[in-house]
Amino acid sequence: MSDKIPVTVLTGYLGAGKTTLLNRILTEEHGKKYAVIVNEFGEVGIDNDLVVGADEEVFEMNNGCICCTVRGDLIRIIENLMKRRGKFDAIIVETTGLADPAPVAQTFFVDEDLSARSRLDAVVTVVDAKWLADRLKDAPEAKNQIAFADVILINKTDLVSEEALAQVEKQIRALNPYAKLHRTVKSNIELDKVLGRNAFDLDRILDIAPDFLDESGAHHHHDDEMQSVSFTAGEVDPDKFMPWINEFTQVEGPKILRSKGILAFKDEPRRFVFQGVHMILDGDLQRPWRDGEKRQSKIVFIGRALDRDAIKKGFEACLV
Amino acid sequence: MSDTPNAASPEFTSLTEHVAPLAAEGHVLHAAFVKNEPVLVLAEGEIVIGERRVAPHRDSGILVAACDRDGIYTGGDDGKIIRTLASGESETLAHEKGKWIDALCVKGDAVAWATGKTVSARDGKGQIKSTVMATTPQGLCFLPKGYRLVIGQYGGVALWFPNVDAAAEKLEWKGAHIDVTVSPDGRFIVTSMQENALHGWRFADKKDMRMTGYPSKTRCFSWSHDGEWLATSGADAAIVWPFQDKDGPMGKAPKELGVRSSKVSSVAFHPKALVVAIGYEDSCVLMCRFTDAAELLVRRASRMDGKISAMAWDEAGRRLLFGTEGGAAGILTLP
Ligand SMILES: [Zn+2]
Repeated sequence: MSDKIPVTVLTGYLGAGKTTLLNRILTEEHGKKYAVIVNEFGEVGIDNDLVVGADEEVFEMNNGCICCTVRGDLIRIIENLMKRRGKFDAIIVETTGLADPAPVAQTFFVDEDLSARSRLDAVVTVVDAKWLADRLKDAPEAKNQIAFADVILINKTDLVSEEALAQVEKQIRALNPYAKLHRTVKSNIELDKVLGRNAFDLDRILDIAPDFLDESGAHHHHDDEMQSVSFTAGEVDPDKFMPWINEFTQVEGPKILRSKGILAFKDEPRRFVFQGVHMILDGDLQRPWRDGEKRQSKIVFIGRALDRDAIKKGFEACLV
Repeated sequence: MSDTPNAASPEFTSLTEHVAPLAAEGHVLHAAFVKNEPVLVLAEGEIVIGERRVAPHRDSGILVAACDRDGIYTGGDDGKIIRTLASGESETLAHEKGKWIDALCVKGDAVAWATGKTVSARDGKGQIKSTVMATTPQGLCFLPKGYRLVIGQYGGVALWFPNVDAAAEKLEWKGAHIDVTVSPDGRFIVTSMQENALHGWRFADKKDMRMTGYPSKTRCFSWSHDGEWLATSGADAAIVWPFQDKDGPMGKAPKELGVRSSKVSSVAFHPKALVVAIGYEDSCVLMCRFTDAAELLVRRASRMDGKISAMAWDEAGRRLLFGTEGGAAGILTLP
């Protein structure tokens, strides 16, 4: 696709199996070399000069907004790694169980030097099948990590019953209906299900969530605090939609964890695709609508305390 | 905005025939003249000194480098601070096991470096002092007077006397400060910032200065020989700020030299004249005279070579050394 180095973000609570997965990525024969940015130096028991410790330093950007943050340490470390880019094929960023994935993701959209050389591949979250329910009660970070994920490994499935597992999946779906779910034992999974996902590639948003456009009408999953809100409609007027989405994400940015959308703009043969993290939006016209493909628009927001009715009203006002 | 200088056009003077190519064969991190020998420090770990190559960090990469007249100081992903002489001999000055060296600067025979949140300084006698900062240091620079360090970090800069047992003095300015430079007379401290701007402080009264308008981050600074001008990278011209009078550049417009359609990635003022060498992201190098903005072509653009990542003049101002991220390098000898 491009010669930008793919970066996979690996999140999850301590003990969920994140380190096991990381060690598997680093030791299995797959012909690829990974540079790994770890949160606690020494936790990865591998002697590799491409394993580097990070201090998870979050910088606020100068607009004074609490959601506009980047990881300063990542900018520096990846800049340094890029000077030796012949040594590795991809980068993995491991975050602590307490970390918010948003600043990590935003760093790749906000920092130009970084986005010129690397691209976010996917946010992968490892959860413990047995303890997830408890974590969701006591740790807001755990919710963030699930709501934010593109790929979720429900690990240690051998330690819980099928009913309990179904319940865990239901809880995850309430927070994030679009992530790929995988049930694993000892984080055992084919690595191509975790790496090289292109989840942030605008061109591939549909491939990641093939049913993204399938559902008809409005859709709404929720837990008490965090929810996903989606709407499907026909053609949209770009002159109304663009100002609305910009305004909406600027005002509601702190509440929105992630957003995605595919739009059928009036008189536009190509699909407009966008994605966002908090108030940072990335969007572009992508491939043409195919013959026979239904020209419909869909937007999705995952966040906290989203005003569903206001979003519906705002979006409907953009329809042709 | 002018196009890429065209060496075929009669009004454009070219110096390209006076440039001897050098095979760096690796990302050039730093360029300098040490004991009059051209030196290229490569990110992969090698140091090219004249005709020879040495690898003091063995198989490890070099992350940061700085030179003085006699030595090359490098910090690697092996955690070592190494001084290499023009003869090729090297000595390990410090070893931060298992850590990456994030920043490094030298002054006289003293060297300072940062790793994680710790800043350390080693004086000429080999005595090392360290301090732990609240946020990770990004840039380091010694003040010209005394044994005192300026540390750029999130929220401003800190001024630290390694030999004084006291907390560092802070100059605050919101935002993430990256690289730090100090005017040769010590009157001004300037940082580059994450949000594509420079910030400055007048040392005497800590008065703030904002220098904005860059389309990207400034990652290279160069002061003129008389200390009156600061050339910077990060725009499609070298942005040169006036620092002659006591207010520095406040209320004044910078000069823009060598405007092209590629961004400036490296700047190097001539050591004796108001002439600045300008390196671009498309690997073109120009020399601009300050008085009339006359331009001379040193190297033609060649995108495959990557951006100009390092430049240095020799002490006499006769030779200009440059290198690119893609491993191309050359040395201009003025006719
Ligand atoms: Zn914000």
